[in-house]
Amino acid sequence: MPKLFMLGLLMALLLFISAAAQPPPTGNLDTAQSASGVAAPPKVTAFDTPNDAGGSITIQWERSPDDVFSPQDFAGYDILKATSPQGPFTKIGEVPGGSRGPDPLTRTYMDNGTKDGVLYYYAVDAKAFDGSSRTVTSAPTTSKEQWFNSSQLNLFIAVIFLTAAILYYISSAKAGKKLYIRKIAGLEAVDEAVGRATEMGKKIFFIPGTQDMDNVQTIAGLTILGRVAKLTAEYEARIDVPVSRSLVMVTAREVVKEAYLKAGRPEAYTDDMVYYLTDDQFGYAAGIEGMVVRQKPATIFYQGAFYAESLILAETGNSIGAIQIAGTAMPAQLPFFVAACDYTLIGEELFAASAYLSHEPKQLGSLKGQDLGKLVFILALLIGVIIQVSGIFDFSSLFNVVGGGE
Amino acid sequence: MAIENKGFWQKLMTIDRRIIFIFIFVAISVPMFLKIELKIPVSPEVESLYQTISKLPDGAKVLVSLDYDPGSEPELQPMAETFFTYCLQRKFKVIVIGLWPQGAIQAEHARIVAEEKVGRKFEYGVDYINLGYQAGNEMVIQGMGSSIPQTFSVDYFGTPTTSFPIMQGVTNFSNIDYVFNLSAGYPGTVEWVLFAVDRFNVILGAGNTAVQAPQVYPYLGKQLKGILGGMKGGAEFEILTGLKGRAVKYMVGQTFAHTIIVLFILIANIAYFATRGKEKGKTV
Amino acid sequence: MKREVPLIICATVGIVLIFQYFIPAEPFGTLNQVFSDWFQVIGAFAIWLGALNLIKVSGNNVYKKRKDWPYSLLIIISFFVMVIVGFFFSGGRRFQDQGTAFSALYDYVYSPLTSMMFALLAFYVGSASYRAFRARTKEATVLLLAAFFVMLGRVPLGDTLTSWLPNWLHMSNIANWIMNIPNTAGQRAIMIGIALGTVSTSLRLILGIERSYLGGE
Repeated sequence: MPKLFMLGLLMALLLFISAAAQPPPTGNLDTAQSASGVAAPPKVTAFDTPNDAGGSITIQWERSPDDVFSPQDFAGYDILKATSPQGPFTKIGEVPGGSRGPDPLTRTYMDNGTKDGVLYYYAVDAKAFDGSSRTVTSAPTTSKEQWFNSSQLNLFIAVIFLTAAILYYISSAKAGKKLYIRKIAGLEAVDEAVGRATEMGKKIFFIPGTQDMDNVQTIAGLTILGRVAKLTAEYEARIDVPVSRSLVMVTAREVVKEAYLKAGRPEAYTDDMVYYLTDDQFGYAAGIEGMVVRQKPATIFYQGAFYAESLILAETGNSIGAIQIAGTAMPAQLPFFVAACDYTLIGEELFAASAYLSHEPKQLGSLKGQDLGKLVFILALLIGVIIQVSGIFDFSSLFNVVGGGE
Repeated sequence: MAIENKGFWQKLMTIDRRIIFIFIFVAISVPMFLKIELKIPVSPEVESLYQTISKLPDGAKVLVSLDYDPGSEPELQPMAETFFTYCLQRKFKVIVIGLWPQGAIQAEHARIVAEEKVGRKFEYGVDYINLGYQAGNEMVIQGMGSSIPQTFSVDYFGTPTTSFPIMQGVTNFSNIDYVFNLSAGYPGTVEWVLFAVDRFNVILGAGNTAVQAPQVYPYLGKQLKGILGGMKGGAEFEILTGLKGRAVKYMVGQTFAHTIIVLFILIANIAYFATRGKEKGKTV
Repeated sequence: MKREVPLIICATVGIVLIFQYFIPAEPFGTLNQVFSDWFQVIGAFAIWLGALNLIKVSGNNVYKKRKDWPYSLLIIISFFVMVIVGFFFSGGRRFQDQGTAFSALYDYVYSPLTSMMFALLAFYVGSASYRAFRARTKEATVLLLAAFFVMLGRVPLGDTLTSWLPNWLHMSNIANWIMNIPNTAGQRAIMIGIALGTVSTSLRLILGIERSYLGGE
């Protein structure tokens, strides 16, 4: 099955590359009209906007010499459009003079109101404050949609590679291969933490982060909640799960209910274990702070995505002497948790928790695939540093990714 | 004597945190009532931002995105007030949006402060417009790259955007001379860099909280034309624009607070080594 | 079927959304936006679940006079005051105008409370630093020194103390170097690990290996 999947992905890759390789039609004819005064933009080009869903043409021109050398007299550019070379040309936009973007001598304008397949003619009208203007027209061009975003090719290859690596190790693990995973102190301490709460007769608080179910850290946090809730049920301790989002509340209830069922104690579960406070970041922090100070839980888990409230929560828990186990993939909040909590799962350790606690071969296999990806990144970094420093070629350009993908 | 000393250092190691809180409270609040002038050197990233905006022509169209809530008000609101004041002085046309719901409200507060400082009001719809909050995070930025009037079809008060003189000729980012983003998290400066600068060649400057600023520093120079990082960045900006305000005032408190915290850390380490030395002697 | 249907939905939507990222053409190009919009709509409606739960739990606490019930009463009062004022005393579309009851609640209650909570961080940073920044080990000593330089480098005092040294040894320049070089490098390394972990977890969810969010294996 994995081999067929790999073959399918490889064919898809070849298909996309071939689609991306077709050059779009471009127009490049310059026809300066006679006028005096301001200098014309030397070169006007119109082409289909690359990597989009169609309906867009990019007009590119070199800045008028007057724009470059006498900007105080230069008023800007008007962009005009027509469907025939004789016109009529209608103005579709205007841009001020000056440079913009990586090339200081080139300006661009995107017309997002085109119909695919229709030929358009564009003109760029350079204007001066004295009223003079020069118009340069491009050759006709048309817009069309693309089926592969070629600017994301390197990302696509990385996704294919990583997916293949993870799938390979999952199937190896399923076949019975033993996989090593190092000790993660925070996860080793979960048993001890739940046991402590049981002995002291105090509650366990589980805080699954402040973000919603669309955040993968929340899902990772709820995975750990399942394991913690099962232990809580087995040890007959009490658990409270105050949440910040309604959808998280609904999911967390399912998770805890199932955990109690698996532990053979369904009668001990109540919906009131998981309750909603507020969506507001600091309102949530204030609510939890108050409950921690009043109820003094023995153990507090922070597992999920947190923002500025992380230190407030962790310090409050520290002040009452609770054992605290945190886990987040928010780099800015990690130092706060490390300073204030007993154990912290750093970044990917949060995502590894599910595999670590279950010891399920398929889950452990995915961790191994992840590690292979990391090894490739490390090698790319080392090779890249050497190549970049020696000036052989611009290695970093292989990793350029343009933001977004329409 | 040795036992007493040891007890003293031990007590110091486990000092009640409320004593630390009192010292920090005093360090922050007392300087607010004193007239202390601090010499604040200007960092290159703030200088870069100032140079970019000072080169804009009078009447330039500036888009300001306020992506924060009242929690970050002490750090970011002074930056907003200073920037709006500067815009009013330079007669820039200011278009305000918010990717956070409270951002647009914070903009109104900053506008009122700017008008009081300059002694003149923005004329709504002519040299200032508040387009309000739009849900969608980075998708809003992408939408604006295609069409700002379509992304924000009505302003904050429900009036069609295209009916205002300030929005005439504004189609997308091509018609915006400068974007200033004030950000406390997500969505924020990183999204503006990825979705506005990289795709639409926007000229972008940013003001960030001290916690978020390190994440944004990698973009400085190439995609980001200057950063105001934290309260210090805000104070430096006030000095460069000649509009000394809250940030400069708050820096005094921040200076004292940082100093107190550093002193406490030093005391803690001295206490640690004092007790550790005695412990070592005991066990050997 | 209770387990299978969500798994199939998760797998299908997951695979489609991965591929749509690389396909600009319609309808793939806008799928991300469509699903994102739907999630926002569902999340907005779901807020009623949370709000009703909050009222139910708080109401129960008050009714049964459980421990700390006055706080639950405060929650109920605050909730209804804000809802009633928000709906009926906010000036409608011009809710951000000054002078309405809503703007008064925002300016004099919500805004100061939020700022106050954020301000707590200043105090907690002090107590956390006092407890955590001790030179117990070599690594802790490096951390301590970094904290020392950055704390002082971020305020004018640092440069005042080091003004007699060459420019590159000024506290603010050292602080900037620490933040821009080793801190950024460390953050990037953690972010690479996080990205890989995210891909791995997402793949486990899509393939149905990770099912705990459904309530079990």
